[in-house]
Amino acid sequence: MHKLTLAQQAKALAAKQISSEELTRHYIDRIEAHDGQLNSFITVLAEQAIEQAKQADADRHQTSVLKGIPIALKDLFCSDGTATTCGSKMLDNFVAPYDATVVKKLKQAGVVTLGKTNMDEFAMGSSSESSFYGAVKNPWDTSRVPGGSSGGSAVAVAARLASASLGTDTGGSIRQPAALCGITGLKPTYGRVSRYGMIAYASSLDQGGPMAVTAEDCAYLLQTMAGHDDKDSTSVDLPVPDYVADLEQTVKGMRIGMPKEFFEQGLDSEIAAHIQHACEVLTSLGCEIKPISLPNAELAIAAYYVIAPAEASSNLSRYDGARYGYRCQNPRDLEDMYSRSRSEAFGEEVKRRIMIGTYALSAGYYDAYYIKAQKIRRLISQDYSQAFAEVDAVLSPTAPTTAFKINEKSDDPVTMYLSDIFTIGVNLAGLPGLSVPIGLQSGLPVGMQLVSNYFKEDVILRLAHQYQQQTSHHLQIPASFE
Amino acid sequence: MALTNDDVLYIAKLANLQLGDSQVYQYKRELTRILDFVEQMNSVNVDHVEPMAHPQEMMQPLRADVITEFNQRAKFQAIAPATQDGLYLVPKVIE
Repeated sequence: MHKLTLAQQAKALAAKQISSEELTRHYIDRIEAHDGQLNSFITVLAEQAIEQAKQADADRHQTSVLKGIPIALKDLFCSDGTATTCGSKMLDNFVAPYDATVVKKLKQAGVVTLGKTNMDEFAMGSSSESSFYGAVKNPWDTSRVPGGSSGGSAVAVAARLASASLGTDTGGSIRQPAALCGITGLKPTYGRVSRYGMIAYASSLDQGGPMAVTAEDCAYLLQTMAGHDDKDSTSVDLPVPDYVADLEQTVKGMRIGMPKEFFEQGLDSEIAAHIQHACEVLTSLGCEIKPISLPNAELAIAAYYVIAPAEASSNLSRYDGARYGYRCQNPRDLEDMYSRSRSEAFGEEVKRRIMIGTYALSAGYYDAYYIKAQKIRRLISQDYSQAFAEVDAVLSPTAPTTAFKINEKSDDPVTMYLSDIFTIGVNLAGLPGLSVPIGLQSGLPVGMQLVSNYFKEDVILRLAHQYQQQTSHHLQIPASFE
Repeated sequence: MALTNDDVLYIAKLANLQLGDSQVYQYKRELTRILDFVEQMNSVNVDHVEPMAHPQEMMQPLRADVITEFNQRAKFQAIAPATQDGLYLVPKVIE
């Protein structure tokens, strides 16, 4: 059953060939058998999931396609009555008192929640090593990282421990782990999906999205997740198109741009060859591939590592030990309670980013760092606007390398930051981006990123779907987890 | 941009973080490395570029001024470190 895609499982459920309870128990058994070596879940909600599955089975006449489908949630989506840790000691004891809007929407659709997945602490990282609950392992090679920060969500899908999962993406945190684990992951346009109930990291960049085996599965999930929410004033009030119906539209005549800056100096030659093969498939479908330029692309990481920490330093000031979360033992006074609770409960990378952000916003440095980074953000956004005057989508590798070894980059934060070179500009501009598997290099997955204009998720989902009709890379399962 | 020990201690104070002596050295090294890296922002002239704070530059929407949230104090305080009589308890501020 776990070898079926979400769309195939939905058909089998609707035809009563399988029940949601059977499917859910099957995944729970697989989590029990395999997650010991992967560490992709922080919390498994076995009993609750089986209960939800029974309800879905009892209420089959209702029509949501997702009804009875078992998925996993990154552990930063608040789900009422459930531990929601954000991978941090700070929230180890936090039980969310409400549902995130996307969680509520999925529950209303009858989705079964298998559990909450492991992640870099507060979503700050590219390797899922910084979790308070230990590093997540890549199912293609358990000595390697799965990427991050949504590493647990990517691994749960790659090892077929869940039908699909939800992740969040601030600088590449859905797309990069999707690439490194060989699955499909979509970061929607900023504002397409409500952020209410998603624990905040950098609020002008954060966006939740689906991670699944196929682009079609992502389309089903996005269909339910997208839309305006009164509780998130940045969620945009635009109609939600029929993403699933649109998948079958032709891609003939679509213009796809390859930014020359991403293919210059130092791109791994095998990754370049995989991209070349993928382009040939798209060309055979009638797409036109042409070179474009994103002249300021290489400044994206620098601007991001000012803007994201600045927003994080503000967002994370709420963790003070007063109302929820970790409080230190026997505080001397109020100041001691604040600072010692924070110092004892935040991990190293979180503290680094809070301190960089605090510095960038402090008197005397605000213009030199924060305002300058925002100006570069404008340049990067303008580069994409100019590109979309000429093309329908922008194509590149998702990540500069395949999955790296655990501990390989954890000593040097800046080296780690560079693994998001192709994804970060998309967040700064607020555009939608998607990663699809395009093959294996020495047994490790390679991903291709497709980016489209604002609210044009249909374009990249369609391209990815049509590509997946011609290829089977997305259906490969790591041998130990077949 | 090389930070000094005092810079690091000042930033930590602003961020409400306590650092041990060995950590001051460690953060000085790491934060300096990050700041050196972001220096590459200076390679482009942005004098006449408007800062971009947000991907959506539309007006923020307004809504009717009606109550949408209801009292859930007991539920919220169930996850608090310390409460009494509906109040959050913190160390004494005034003797």
